[in-house]
Amino acid sequence: MKFKDYYATLGVARDASPEDIKKAYRKLARKYHPDVSKEKDANERFKDTAEAYATLKDPDKRTAYDQLGSQRPGEEFRPGPEWSTQFGESASTFDDMDLADLFANLAGRSQRGGAPRAMRGRDYELRVPISLEDSFKGSEIELDLSTTELDDHGSPHRVPRTIRARIPKGAAEGETLRLTGQGGKGRHGGRDGDVYLHIVLRAHPRYRASGRDLYLELPLTPWEAALGAEVQTPTLAGPVNLKVPAGTRAGQQLRLAQRGLPNRNGTAGDQYATIQIVMPPELSERERELVKELAAASTFNPRPNFE
Amino acid sequence: MTSEHSDAALPGEYSHLPLRDLADLSGLSEAEVLELVEYGALAPEHQAAGQWAFSVRSITIARTARRLREDFELEVHGVALLLAYLDRIHDLEAQLCALRAQLPRSA
Repeated sequence: MKFKDYYATLGVARDASPEDIKKAYRKLARKYHPDVSKEKDANERFKDTAEAYATLKDPDKRTAYDQLGSQRPGEEFRPGPEWSTQFGESASTFDDMDLADLFANLAGRSQRGGAPRAMRGRDYELRVPISLEDSFKGSEIELDLSTTELDDHGSPHRVPRTIRARIPKGAAEGETLRLTGQGGKGRHGGRDGDVYLHIVLRAHPRYRASGRDLYLELPLTPWEAALGAEVQTPTLAGPVNLKVPAGTRAGQQLRLAQRGLPNRNGTAGDQYATIQIVMPPELSERERELVKELAAASTFNPRPNFE
Repeated sequence: MTSEHSDAALPGEYSHLPLRDLADLSGLSEAEVLELVEYGALAPEHQAAGQWAFSVRSITIARTARRLREDFELEVHGVALLLAYLDRIHDLEAQLCALRAQLPRSA
């Protein structure tokens, strides 16, 4: 078992008062809680903080922790025989245990006597980044969930586990999918935990998604915009011919109905092509001549409101 | 070291949950769920035969509520307030995302 310095995690002295420990925890929770934090490694940091606090806020657990002595963080160690006798933990399982498991288990033992309470298995929450193509077609992902389970003697041990999950067609940003009963095993008749998957759409090089609608930029030459054109336009289902009407302006949005991300009810969002009018980086001699001719012939004033 | 594989299909259809299941899945007590409903943080989808039914989306809200209550040691009222702010942030983020989607990339 690897030692973790819970006091250092919270940034308090070993003789800190319960109030100081609470204060230190609250400060760190404010900084790293995944629901309110913008920090990059918030999730990991908060997990460590919560683990340290769960043990240090409970006077019994704190005493048990203090009696482990002080080791270097990360150092392999196992509690001495007196510790095991005093806190009733069997020494045979220490090797593949995590310090958090040790103390979580201690809580169960402090309520000695009576029948063991039914306990729900652990739930898992995972962020699942998927591509727009995955959302469009549906996909299958593999999740690595190693769970902590209890053997017949009530000692926790790690069980590596892989779950394959089907992400349904049309899974959208911010949606949560639930895998019922795929989390940690329940104990004493408690039901198994669930796995929650929070869908995040990855940025796409071509499209931008807003809900189930997709936006794409459609560059046109000035003459395509003026005269109208038929332009082969990519969609997630493959290219389609988009009719650009004559006199199309920059910034205008042309709608390709039902070409966005699918909905569960069989309909789909739309795809919008936002018109951009692009000048050639360099005009050829002939192009220049023609544009000059156009300039001379045209009476169009694009800035009537300037007058 | 054993590794077990299990295929998991996701529910395509969203069903409704009774109060008891929502409490069970979120780790809140039924009384706490009711209090959150009172403060408007959770809303039952419909009521059938005097029984409330919650959408599956409520699980996420209720679970966030449980986390906030536990991790910040808050009362339910404070949790409801935070949930309202989180909801507003999500709305604003969605609006921002919608606007960004329409901006020309080169601009």
